Amino acid sequence: MTKRFRPDVDAPEWKGGHSPYDILKEGAIALLVVAILTIGLAIVFGSPDEPAISLKTWSTATPVDFAQDALSQLNATSETATYGPPYNNVSTGQQLGPLQLAKWVGVTMQINTAKVFVIDPLKSQPAQPALKGALAQWSSASSSTRASWVANYTKSATKMKWVAGAIVVNATNAGPVPEFITYLTDMARTGALDAVLTQQSAFYTTNYTLPLLFLEDGTYLSNQATHEHLAGDQWGMMNETGNYPGQAWLWLYTFWYQVPPFNSSGNADILVWGLMMLLTLLLALVPFIPGLRTIPRKVKIYRLIWKEHYQNLD
Amino acid sequence: MSNEMDRQWTTRLRHRVLKVLPPEKVMPDTQPTYVSSWIYVFGVTTVAALIVVIASGCLLALRGPLWWHTSSIGLFVNSLHLWSVEIFFFAMVIHLWGKYFMAAWRGGRALTWITGVVTFVVSIATAFTGYLSQTNFDAQWISTQAKDGINATGGGAYFNVLNTGQMLMWHIVLLPIAIIALVGLHVLLVRIKGVVPPFEEPAKVAVES
Repeated sequence: MTKRFRPDVDAPEWKGGHSPYDILKEGAIALLVVAILTIGLAIVFGSPDEPAISLKTWSTATPVDFAQDALSQLNATSETATYGPPYNNVSTGQQLGPLQLAKWVGVTMQINTAKVFVIDPLKSQPAQPALKGALAQWSSASSSTRASWVANYTKSATKMKWVAGAIVVNATNAGPVPEFITYLTDMARTGALDAVLTQQSAFYTTNYTLPLLFLEDGTYLSNQATHEHLAGDQWGMMNETGNYPGQAWLWLYTFWYQVPPFNSSGNADILVWGLMMLLTLLLALVPFIPGLRTIPRKVKIYRLIWKEHYQNLD
Repeated sequence: MSNEMDRQWTTRLRHRVLKVLPPEKVMPDTQPTYVSSWIYVFGVTTVAALIVVIASGCLLALRGPLWWHTSSIGLFVNSLHLWSVEIFFFAMVIHLWGKYFMAAWRGGRALTWITGVVTFVVSIATAFTGYLSQTNFDAQWISTQAKDGINATGGGAYFNVLNTGQMLMWHIVLLPIAIIALVGLHVLLVRIKGVVPPFEEPAKVAVES
């Protein structure tokens, strides 16, 4: 007795012939061909290796941009300072409709940008009288006084200049803030800030969260990326420096960032992730989804794949 | 004695494995005549590329994660790793689309299809963590951009793409183990169930047992 045949679910019983098949030989030939092709491509095209940007590189090339970023960490206006989870609770993070996934998971890497990016690195430096005095003044001031100093400096910092090897801002009633920005910029230009943010008082380290966040908050990294055609609106996530294919398999993920409503939404990341998770789930469950599983039988591309078989039948 | 042996875990497992996967299915020397298209090459090509990816990754691991920045040999090995990954994905995507247009899930092969899709997704994660582990400008840029997507899902709280050490360990230990296990399961399922037969007219056929 035969049950009802469902052409998109069931497979016909094969009653035809068999031909010789050497699975090990096939595997060995495939491995040899892939190995030769890989070696050939590696010899002809190589691979990109653009050196990493350090805080030293950045502050040396564009000291004002670096100093502005340092100020944004002190006055808590940087991207990191206002990010929300997992770094702080300043905002709720992105939302997928009513779902506030980032907020629900919460803060796991508490980052107070003024403290970890400015005050703590300055405190780590060997005693210099002017810096020591500035830090003491900061420590003994009330939070409202500190906020007033930072606000006064921020107002004047729109005309920040780099003159004779120093940051110049004509600010009044800014307390120790000018010294902070000056010393932190000097510190970065010697490479000391890279070391302090990377090591965080440890000898061994593999965690670059702090220097990467600091770097990303400025414009230098993104300017370099745009120059290398890696910006978000340049299909950045799937590209890599130079003329290499990069992560071409991310094309669909990257595609959504180029089109409305994703390219103008404040929740673009979670919307794109949500969509991609849904599409991936659909792909995995194709065998169970009427319509999607019917397409192959309807479009008949299988007739090209099994051309010989159908020719023999005819 | 015989009854006692038949109750042994080892004996029972061996009997079960041999029933589901007899040697002629593991290492077949014939195949149905309909298996005669170039599209079939891409499955074995994917596995072959995975072997080259793992081998070149092991070579890179010999001298540590920074070696390839300072050595021309290291850079060449990195190139081998990069291009084998590109071939791996190229072959895998064609294999996937080929299997889609064959409706290769038919005849109780849905799990084979699902393990293939999951392998594709885990491979993307593995390649992604590889890009994050490069310790160069690409790694800096990709990690700082990717963090927003992962943080938005809440996953960034524990899977920190800016933590290079964490990403490297995922790239060279955890995810490769997952890929090898998934590919192994996928290939076993292909061997157990065989390659899906062509579509036929429903009236002419009996359902595959």
